[in-house]
Amino acid sequence: MSVDSPGIIVERAFPAAARDALRDSQLRRNIGKATNTIRAKRKAVVAEMPDWQDLRDAGYAIKRDTLRHLDRHLLALEASVTAAGGTVHWARDGEEANRMVGDILAGHQAKEVLKIKSLTTDEIGLNGALSARGIEPIETDLAEVIVQKGHDRSSHILVPAIHRNRAEIREIFKRELPDTEHLTDEPRDLADAARRYLRQKFLTVPYAISGANFAVAETGSVAIFESEGNGRMCLTLPRVLISIMGIEKVIPRWADMSAFLQLLPRSSTAERMNPYNSVWSGTRAGEGPEEFHLVLLDNGRSDVLADEPARDTLNCIRCSACLNICPVYERTGGRAYGSTYPGPIGAILTPQMNAPPSPADSLPFASSLCGACYEVCPVKIDIPRILVHLRGKVVAARGAKTALDGEALVMAAMARVFENPRLYALAHKAAAIGQVPFIRDGAIKSLPGPLAGWTAMRDLTPIAKQSFREWWKARDR
Amino acid sequence: MTSAKDTILGRIRQALVDVPETEAGPEAWRFRQRSTEDHSALLDRFTERARGYKVRVERATRAEAPARAARILAEAGLVRLALPADFPVDLAPEGFDLLRDDGLDNATIAACDGVLTTCACAIAETGTLVLDHGVGQGRRKLTLLPDYHLCFVEASAILGLVPEAVERMQPSVAAGRPLTFISGPSATSDIELNRVEGVHGPRTLVVVILDEAFPNETETH
Ligand code: SF4
Repeated sequence: MSVDSPGIIVERAFPAAARDALRDSQLRRNIGKATNTIRAKRKAVVAEMPDWQDLRDAGYAIKRDTLRHLDRHLLALEASVTAAGGTVHWARDGEEANRMVGDILAGHQAKEVLKIKSLTTDEIGLNGALSARGIEPIETDLAEVIVQKGHDRSSHILVPAIHRNRAEIREIFKRELPDTEHLTDEPRDLADAARRYLRQKFLTVPYAISGANFAVAETGSVAIFESEGNGRMCLTLPRVLISIMGIEKVIPRWADMSAFLQLLPRSSTAERMNPYNSVWSGTRAGEGPEEFHLVLLDNGRSDVLADEPARDTLNCIRCSACLNICPVYERTGGRAYGSTYPGPIGAILTPQMNAPPSPADSLPFASSLCGACYEVCPVKIDIPRILVHLRGKVVAARGAKTALDGEALVMAAMARVFENPRLYALAHKAAAIGQVPFIRDGAIKSLPGPLAGWTAMRDLTPIAKQSFREWWKARDR
Repeated sequence: MTSAKDTILGRIRQALVDVPETEAGPEAWRFRQRSTEDHSALLDRFTERARGYKVRVERATRAEAPARAARILAEAGLVRLALPADFPVDLAPEGFDLLRDDGLDNATIAACDGVLTTCACAIAETGTLVLDHGVGQGRRKLTLLPDYHLCFVEASAILGLVPEAVERMQPSVAAGRPLTFISGPSATSDIELNRVEGVHGPRTLVVVILDEAFPNETETH
């Protein structure tokens, strides 16, 4: 996939991309180390919270309720941000958002613009759109500097450069950054080189772009959670700040932050709290940017909202806990998903943002339905259930042509059963008693009854897509 | 032509036709709202958690605090320090080149060896300082550009849990003030997951708790 194309247009089906990823042993080692480390840390900081499940329930309830009245909350947000001195823009899709941001910057004759890592801007391919207008976006997160200067794509929501080791990073920096003749591959040294390069930029470039972790409708406050301080630099030094947020990022009240300030850091970087959280409302005399723009982006989100069984997808606070726990992700890495959003969340979000038929149709099959992603999700998105729902949709979309295809039949049946708890319970019971295979044909003859319970479901998955099965069988070679 | 706003709101309303007009909001939260620990336990917890982020934490009475701060700052070899314009006079340490922020430019702030501030409150459970950039706390960039930040925290402003701090900050947020939550020095784990302190923000964070109840607390690190 080219670096500058929008980050949700999937060009290759998952199995093919995954096969390539599996051949890259360095990538596998790095991803394995990353996911294992974060997984263990996360477990510890979650275990010390006696009310973790209550927090998850609250996170879910707030998100669900917000989404069910999204129009109201967005209008309230627009009013409060405007009252605080900001300007609110609405963008139907990525192209419109990119054009707006480009217009604002062009109006200031900007040649460069600072950026805080943002999945949303990656999703819409903002960097490429700005470059095309002669405005150079400067990524300021260390990992994004590594990715951008390495002319590369991110491989993890949280640690985008996890596929690069220190020797590779040294090579990239020596090639791309000033004053790096004597650079060693010590992480301290590498970080210092980035600090020197970026400090100069922070002090001289008066424009910045950010995403948003949350925006509070009641107060017009936008919140950014980060570790390095590049976010604070971009939010406080420039004269003009543009924040782009998906419409699902709004929360109704400031008090709701008490849940997310606990859920996000522990689920994400596995810390009790990440080093810096910034909250600001509009503009303020003598403090921070003089001009603040908030872009509210739809780009397919209202379609996700319309599909009731998949609506919870929009609860996602992009913590990446589901990536770190996922056995499929651990082996393939993020780039195999071909999208800004990898791992389990990507497997449900990306296909909903790519109109079928598309290579993204293979993503809902990139899972063993083990359920671990649901257990760690701080906002309780039932990813396995949504995966099955989407598989059913993919199969249905294939239409009459494949009506007699055993795979299609199984998937459609599975989807129906999974979507109906009563049917699922019944089927589970029946299978447990008799191991009754309810469909037999060429595609699945080696398998036991497809409804023989959760563990059997894991083995079942490969039949969904022959090529995925091949991949699955080949995974240990 | 329909505006983007109308189109998006229209799509959203169309998508939500299944949602009843009058629907009850979420149930009351069950997660902890108040810590049950006594205040001295909270101070200990804050100290332990902040130290977990490699923050140096000390306790001193208010009268003793400037001298204590002076010793810490001198040890670190700092000379020029930035202060918010309204930094409390009685907390300013002697023997340093103190620069009050009456609108200093970025380069001047960045050229300071360190910065001294107070904070609005702190959270024991997470070892977090919360600044609402009110009196004694300065503009946001003041605590960002210098490489060293020493923060005075009133013992009484150390709260137990995150929800207590969120509640305490409600009036500030409602008044349009920005907030900065600080949990340890700036850090990254982007290179092979090795933690490196101080990528952009201050590499060193020191907290002096102003506590009349511990006049004889010995200096600890
Ligand atoms: S789906 Fe849940 S676990 Fe995965 S990134 Fe989103 S919030 Fe985190």
